[in-house]
Amino acid sequence: MINRLANPARFMRFSATALPWCGWSAAGVIVVGLYFALVVAPPDYQQGETVRIMYIHVPAAWMALSIYLFMAVASAVALVWRHPLAEIAAAAAAPIGAAFTFVCLATGSLWGRAMWGAWWVWDARLTSVLVLLFLYIGYIALVNAFDEPGRGARAGSVLALIGVVNLPIVKFSVDWWNTLHQPASVVRLGGPRIDVAMLIPLLVMAIGFSLMFVALTMLRMRTALNDRRALAMRLNRVPEPVFPAERERLAPAPPAMRRGA
Amino acid sequence: MTEAVGRYLAMGGYAAFVWPAYGVALAVLGGLAWQSWRRYRASSNMLKQLQQEFRARR
Repeated sequence: MINRLANPARFMRFSATALPWCGWSAAGVIVVGLYFALVVAPPDYQQGETVRIMYIHVPAAWMALSIYLFMAVASAVALVWRHPLAEIAAAAAAPIGAAFTFVCLATGSLWGRAMWGAWWVWDARLTSVLVLLFLYIGYIALVNAFDEPGRGARAGSVLALIGVVNLPIVKFSVDWWNTLHQPASVVRLGGPRIDVAMLIPLLVMAIGFSLMFVALTMLRMRTALNDRRALAMRLNRVPEPVFPAERERLAPAPPAMRRGA
Repeated sequence: MTEAVGRYLAMGGYAAFVWPAYGVALAVLGGLAWQSWRRYRASSNMLKQLQQEFRARR
């Protein structure tokens, strides 16, 4: 599957069909999730109505972590196999991950103010998620810091891989250190420790966010491929090929032709 | 009826925290989706224009 899509032209064809499906189903699932979260789900016996913040906060946190993992895997593939689509995928996913991380922090801050009485505390969970946001921002800045797209992407891939050490710190921070943040109650050994009436909206929102991530990643990858093709056309004055290296391999041009003479 | 809506919107006294949380999420994620779509449209149009120019030159 991955191998078949690994060709940019094939990816463009596949995503042209898959993108509207993903996008509209994401919107539909999120609307259903919001209905469950804001109407159907009961208030918590301790936290009252503030528990509704959880239906945004927790799925956003899951997305923040899994998108970073996706980015790191794509970066590894890009570094090892020099695959052009892999670094485009990683770069496309980064702003989406940063947005989910920001949403997680902002909603957590509001929830914290309501329940703990503080907008922010420097405890292990909150600080490690803030570091995750900085990793995303650093990656985006690094990738865009070079004029030549390939060089920025390679530097970014290295950064993305180094940042992976932060993921277990985020996940297990609530077990390793004494924090104000509550420990995991869904993804834990021994199964979820949360009522079904609250688990359902949580999972529906998580599915909606995941579909949204897939749709936005494909959209941003298509944008990047369009941009690269436009750049190649401007530089080489050729109508179709996407990557110069690929064109060379398919039909090596005689030296005199190389500059479009 | 209006009383029930008012009570719902009050979110048990936590309206000032619950609604901004949903508002931030909508603004950030909606904004990202909108910006991604705008960028995509712009890049598609640019590419189309370049291809037309290329064909016109031949």
